[in-house]
Formats: sequence, C-alpha cells, structure tokens
Amino acid sequence: MELSSLTLTQAAQLLQKREISALELTQNHLERIARLESQINAYVTVDTQGALAAAKAADERLQRGDATPLTGIPIAHKDLFITQDLATTCSSRMLAEFKPPYDATVTRRIKEAGGVILGKTNMDEFAMGSSTESSYFGPTHNPWDLERIPGGSSGGSAAAVAADFCVAATGTDTGGSIRQPAALTGITGLKPTYGRVSRFGMVAFASSLDQAGPMTKSAADAALLLQAIAGHDPLDATSIDTPVPDYASLIEGDIRGKRLGIPAEYFGDGLEPDVRKAVEEAIEVFRGLGVETIPIELPHTQHAIPTYYIIAPAEASSNLARYDGVRYGHRCDDPKDLRDLYFRTRAEGFGEEVKRRIMLGTYVLSSGYYDAYYRKAQRVRRLIAGDFTAAFKKVDWILTPTTPGTAFKLGEKTQDPVQMYLSDIFTINVNLAGLPGLSIPCGLDRQGLPIGVQLIGQVLDEGGLLTAAHAFQKATDFHLKRPTPLSAP
Amino acid sequence: MIDSRYEMVIGLEVHVQMQTRSKIFCGCSTQFGQGANTQICPVCSGFPGVLPVLNQEAVQMAIKTGIAIHGQVRPVSEFSRKNYFYPDLPAGYQITQFELPIVEHGHLDLHTESRGAKRIGITRIHMEVDAGKSLHEGIVGGSWVDLNRTGTPLMEIVSEPDMRSSAEAGEYLKKLRAIVRYLGVSDGNMEQGSFRCDANVSVRLKGAEKFGTRCELKNMNSIRNVMRAIEYEAERHIDVIESGGHIVQQTRLWDANANLSRPMRGKEEAHDYRYFPEPDLPPLHLTEERIETIASSMPELPETKKERFIEEYALSDYDAEVLTNSLELADYFEAVARTVAEKGQADPKAAANWVTVELLGVLNKEGLEITQSPVPAAHLGKLIYLIQNNTISGKIAKQVFATLFETGKDPEIIVSEKGLKQVTDSSAIEEEVEKVLAANAKEVELYRGGKTKLIGFFVGQVMKATRGKANPGLVNSILRQKLG
Ligand SMILES: [Zn+2]
Repeated sequence: MELSSLTLTQAAQLLQKREISALELTQNHLERIARLESQINAYVTVDTQGALAAAKAADERLQRGDATPLTGIPIAHKDLFITQDLATTCSSRMLAEFKPPYDATVTRRIKEAGGVILGKTNMDEFAMGSSTESSYFGPTHNPWDLERIPGGSSGGSAAAVAADFCVAATGTDTGGSIRQPAALTGITGLKPTYGRVSRFGMVAFASSLDQAGPMTKSAADAALLLQAIAGHDPLDATSIDTPVPDYASLIEGDIRGKRLGIPAEYFGDGLEPDVRKAVEEAIEVFRGLGVETIPIELPHTQHAIPTYYIIAPAEASSNLARYDGVRYGHRCDDPKDLRDLYFRTRAEGFGEEVKRRIMLGTYVLSSGYYDAYYRKAQRVRRLIAGDFTAAFKKVDWILTPTTPGTAFKLGEKTQDPVQMYLSDIFTINVNLAGLPGLSIPCGLDRQGLPIGVQLIGQVLDEGGLLTAAHAFQKATDFHLKRPTPLSAP
Repeated sequence: MIDSRYEMVIGLEVHVQMQTRSKIFCGCSTQFGQGANTQICPVCSGFPGVLPVLNQEAVQMAIKTGIAIHGQVRPVSEFSRKNYFYPDLPAGYQITQFELPIVEHGHLDLHTESRGAKRIGITRIHMEVDAGKSLHEGIVGGSWVDLNRTGTPLMEIVSEPDMRSSAEAGEYLKKLRAIVRYLGVSDGNMEQGSFRCDANVSVRLKGAEKFGTRCELKNMNSIRNVMRAIEYEAERHIDVIESGGHIVQQTRLWDANANLSRPMRGKEEAHDYRYFPEPDLPPLHLTEERIETIASSMPELPETKKERFIEEYALSDYDAEVLTNSLELADYFEAVARTVAEKGQADPKAAANWVTVELLGVLNKEGLEITQSPVPAAHLGKLIYLIQNNTISGKIAKQVFATLFETGKDPEIIVSEKGLKQVTDSSAIEEEVEKVLAANAKEVELYRGGKTKLIGFFVGQVMKATRGKANPGLVNSILRQKLG
C-alpha cells in the first residue's frame, strides 16, 4: 500500500502500533509532492525541514507513548492560518513575504497534538473566490482533471487531500469555502458551527461568517481533526464556551429513525442533472439506513447570495484596511507622502477580486447607504436563520446538494463574478445562520468528476453530522474513489 | 466678556484615559513613558488574524463612572468599528461604542457662583480604544510611529449643550475630573493627555430657541485653555455675525501661544467613518447584579463628601467645595483635623483654614499638587495644636509653618530649635512692658489723655521686643493694667 494514500484513521493506527514511522510517512508525502506538485500547485509553501523535524519529534513522542491521534500525521494548512516563523501569505502579494511571530490557535493546537505541518496550501486571495484562481501564486488544478478548478477558496487544501499530498488539511469556510471545494475534489469537508473553532490567527475575511474546519478523506478523519482544533479559546471573544464532545466515539452511533429534511428550494432549475441524480441516490442511501426524509421549506433561500455579498464585503473592506504598508507586508517603492503610500501599496498589493469586494463593502457601509444595504442585509440574515430554526423543529438534519454543478474549467467564470458567486448558492445560507454543514462525496458525473452532498445541522451538532456522514461512508465507497491522472506513473 | 445680547451654548466631549493595568483588548501594559513600541503585541499593533478580547477592568471603570454621574448603565451595549486610515491606527479602524453606549442619561450638578445650582446633562459615556502616536519632529525623510498608547482604554463622556459660560465649562471639567480621580479610574492629567477635552461652541441671541452653527475646538491641554478657547471662539462668532457673515461649521485647533483658534485642514474633516457593529466582539451583557455590586462598592464621591464635610465639620459651603475638589486634598484635610482632635480640641474650621489658605497658597505659588506637599498632615495638625495650647501664637505659627514647608520637620522641633516658644511668664512680659512704656513716655501721655487707640502701638512694641513670642493676650492685659 502507498503510504500517502492512507486516511488519517488508518495512519494513526499504524503509527500507534509503530508499524510505520512518522518520518517515513512524512517523507513519503514530501516525495509525492516533489514529484507531482508542479501539475497541481496545491501548495504555496512546502516546509520540508520543519516537517522532517516535526516527524522526528513525533516518533519520539510515539515511542514514549503519550501520543494523540494526530501525532505524526502530515497535515497541510490553508495559507490563511498564521504559522509562526513560516510564511503566511493568504495567496496575496500583500503578504507574500510575511513571516508571523505567532501561531493561530488552530495551528498551535495541531502542533501541540503532534501533527506534522507539511506546508501551506494555495487559496483564493484573502479567501475571496470559489475557484482558487484569484491566488497571487497562480491557480490550483483539480487532481481529477487538471484543466479544471478545484473549487475555492480552500482549493489548495482540497486538492492536496485529493491528490494525497497530505493526510488531512485545514480549510476555512466563509460562504462555502470548505464544502464547495470538498465537493468538487471528492473529499469530506466540515464547516463547524460559527465559534466552535477559534478564529484567532485566521487572517480575517468576513469575521461574522469565517469558520475553520477539517478537510479530510473521510468523516471519521474529520472527527479526529475537529477533535484537536475545536473548543473555547480565551483569545477569541466569539468562540463558544461549551465542552467538546468525543467525536471519534460519537460517530459510531445509530442514525436509524433520524429525520432528514429535504428543502425544495435547493432542487430547482439551476441544478445539473448529474448532480441531482447523485444527490437523489444519496437520499435513497440514507432511507436505506433507516432515516426518514421529510420535505421542508426554507423560504428565504433566494436572498442568501445578495445578503452574503453585502455582509461579507462590508466586513472584508474593514478587515483589509490594516494592509497599509506601514508595519508589515508589501510596501510600494519610494512613496511621495502618506496618501501615495496607502494608494500605491494597496493598488499593487491586492488583486482584482479583493479590490472589487473592498469597493463593494466600502459602498454598502457608506453613510446614506448603510440602512438600505447593510442594516437590511442583517435583517434578512435573521430571517434566513429563522427559516432553519423553524425547519429544525421538524427534522434532525437537512440534506442538499453542496454545489449546483461539478468542477468547471479554469478561466470559465473569471470574467463573470456573478456566475462565480453563484457556485456557493447552496452553502452560503449555512454561514449566514452560523450552523454546521458538511459535504461528502456521493458520486461522479458522466465526465468522472466528483459530486458532493451537503448535510446541515443545528448549532453544535457537528457530532450528529459526522455520525450521519460516517454511516453513509460505511454504506458507500464514493469517498474511496481517487483521481486517476495522478495515480498514473 | 462677550456681548451681553448674546449667550454661549457649550457642549463638551471629554476623553478619559482609564488606568487599567493592561490595554483594553490585549494583555500589554499601559504604563506611560516607556521606550517607543516596547509595549505592543500582534493584537494591539493590528497584525493579521488577531482578535480583540475585552478587558473587564475597563468595563468596571466605565460602569463606576456611569453610576457616579447618575447615568443609566445599559444592560446590553455594543461595540462598533469606526473606519479610517491613519498610520497610528494599526487596524485601519477604531473600536468604539456607537449606537448602543454603555452609559446614557447622566448628569452633573454645578454650583455656579452667579446662578447657584445648575444641572448639566450627560448624554452618554462610551468606551473606545486609543490610537498610537506619529512622531514627526526631528525625523528626516518620513515619520515614525509609536504604538505604545494604541489599545489604551478610553472613556468618552459627552455632555448635552447645557453650559452657557466658560466658567460653567471649567466647573464641569473640574467636577468630572474630581470624579474620575476619586474613582481611581484616571489620573485626570490634562497635560499628559489622559483627560482630553473637545468643546462644541455656538452663540445665539438671548431668548432665541434655535442653536447657532457650532464649531468644535480641539487641542486644549488645561482647563484654563478650554475656558480661554471657548471665550475666544464665542467672541469670534459674535464678530462674524455682527458684521453680517455667518459661521461655517468646522473643527478648529486652539493655539495657546497665539491665543486664538484656527481651522483644521478641510480634508481631514471629510470623513465617512462607515460605522458598523464590531463582529469580533459579542454584545456586552451586564447583569443587574454586577451593576449593583459595583454600585455598592463605590467610594464616597465629591458631592457626598462635600455634604458630609458641611455636616460633620460645620464647614462653609465654599471650604467644603474646595476641600472635596480632590480626593487627596479631602483626605489630607481629614488627617489634619483628626490630628488636632486627637491632641487637643477638635477645630475643623482651623484645620480647613490652614489647609485652604496657608498650605494651598504656597502650593499654588510653587506649582505643586497636594500629593507633592512637603508638609505631612500630622505636622500641620500638630502646628494647630501648638496654637491651641498656647505654645505659640498664631503669628509665630505662620513663621513656623514657613519653616515646616521648607524642611518638613516636626513643628515642635522647629519651635524648640528656633526658640519660638511663646512667653507666658507674666513677670517676663511685665519687664518688657515697663521698658516699652519707659522708652515711649510721650505716647503714654497721649494714651492717658484719651488716645486709647495707641494700645495697638504698645502691643506692637512689646511683641517686637520679644520677637513675637509674648502671649498677645497677656501683653494686652498687662499693658492696660499698667497704663490704667
Ligand atoms: Zn498588545
């Protein structure tokens, strides 16, 4: 067996039993990256030396017997997680040279658990995008079809997992940025409840929507990774102060008798036939597992995209103000005066999509427009959350397609931002409502591209979602399918 | 004085730097005067990914102040972002309270000399974060930024436009400053910028209901400057109006050296702050219990203390007002009064006089605060006792006080070292009286001829001869007896 194709669950078992060493596992991944990365561009930074040192330390820890399930596991971080002394670029020219003197809570917790950090993965610049094409370091290619996008903004993490360039990866999800690329690359992606995982050290895009989560090869893997990163953080005032359940043992639970809501609004005209078919088959699988399906309504669904594209850019325009060339990051050459420093630094440092959103956000917050846009969007946001609250009186989980279609071609939507924004149409509501959502593979389209199905849960029901996903994955083999272009020698 | 047909309308915005141990959203120290950028961390210097966590000590202080100004503490308040670019504002926004401030609807009662009691409304108190400092002087080819002050908690106290004279404004500021000092919330130091005031000033014809166009005055670093700036600005407004012009609403800087205000550059005013609720901080929920616990642990505040001083020590309204203006002064006075009472007979009026007239007189002349007084309260108390028990006369006491102020020594020691003990031995005084009468035969004759006013002259002569040490009562009675 190729070591790099191991799931986290499998690798952890082999490591604990000392049947493999963290060093050989890490080396195996590093070699695979060295051989194939040029086809994918999943990574912005590969930290070979750091990874080897961490692997050696993990082996000593495994030897001592005080290991966690993550000890010795090669993991990749989306490049918006701050990593101490390791470049953190957010795939932007603005931060291309930035080496932070601190760690994000997520990366610190994984380090403390003994995880081996292979490097930092490519993404849409400042997480703005749905295709990883807005990266300053060039697009990431989908391992299933190198002509296609891997989704975004966590496209590098998704591709790295799908291509066996790491065992598991971290991602962030503001409007679907974990679930959409997970669906498009055939992996499992979980966006936990807002506040379940600390945002400290995640470069902020839209603070009230951003959420970190695991991107893995299976639901069982996601449970292990979530276990390590979830929990209250005194450095994040919005993090939830509720004990973290033992997800790994929770997921073996029975899902018979559970009620699955199917919202009509998610099965309209925009859905590609292959996706519809695969998702409907997934519903049948759940029925076969003893789950009851119930039609539900989420009447404000249609307002999610406009609402999101007011709130997210508004917060982003403010969050990105700190990149002014004064203290760190890119600074223009020979500024004439302060205005020139700000103007040129930001003009040079930010890409097109980031600028578009800054302008949009600045506009909707400006005096005279605030009430018409931002305040109204906040009101609609509450209505959308209300839809879910009402639905969850009737059902345990909600099932929807993760995306309307499968991975599109590179360059296909870059000239049409609205088309690009629509690829998150099924995921955005979940962020607006702060709920947990998960995407798992549920088939391939006729071109052989992965399709994802989304499960949405109530606040803090990550355990339930993982249980349902795990049951599905025990009954199916969609999550075991690997892309072919790379497996050819 | 301004044209009597007009009246001023003044509202004040006071920024108070709170004396918390750490900054409002991170753990960095707030100590003043440290080396540039030595008290910063990724949070307060606006690095990527960092988040603010609210310092509960600052919340505590804002609640205390709110209670002290009779305000309502909101059960739910909220933080917002005020967005603008400035090199000493690292995140590109200031976190402040905007729509829902922590305190609303307070007031402060002034006791104006001319018009008696007057209530000044306080619209709100909100918390916000201070910015850093840009350094330009002596730096060639750019500017430097010191972020030590960034993240220091501020409280902005906004009054209603209820003040009608610069004197009222001055009084309001003094009262407010006394309150924050009593509470230990701030050192209230205007020169060092921990108590900063912006004044909104307009004028209108007396009796008019509508407010005139206002200008905002900034950059005043003492209460005296605030008062001068207000007067200047009001006169400027009247001059403009009287000469047929009209006032343009603007922000103006006070130039204390030139004694005038000038407009700030227009560009800096054209701000759209794009406020919106701070998504990194959940709304601040305050339970009634928490507010009550704070209320019940509040120290005695200036108003209550003043009432007590009038009641307990039978002081005049004026003395009680002066003495309670600062907590340190009030404590000092009470220590003096206590010493007197412990040693001899309680005489708070004498204690008040010595403190307000003698001590504050010299302190003011030397430009010192009561906390810097070289005279320990116990020594001043002892000095009063030495007068009470006739060891020294009131006149000698002033001499002793001068030495006491210079050396800080125990007054008893000063008296004995300098040989200032009052002469109460009547035979010794008699001797001096005889000498004086003998040397001034002409005056004795005049006195006996009916010019009894000359008694003062004889007393003076005897006192002079004894270098002030003779007991004046005794001198008087012996003189009258001899001249009889
Ligand atoms: Zn700090």
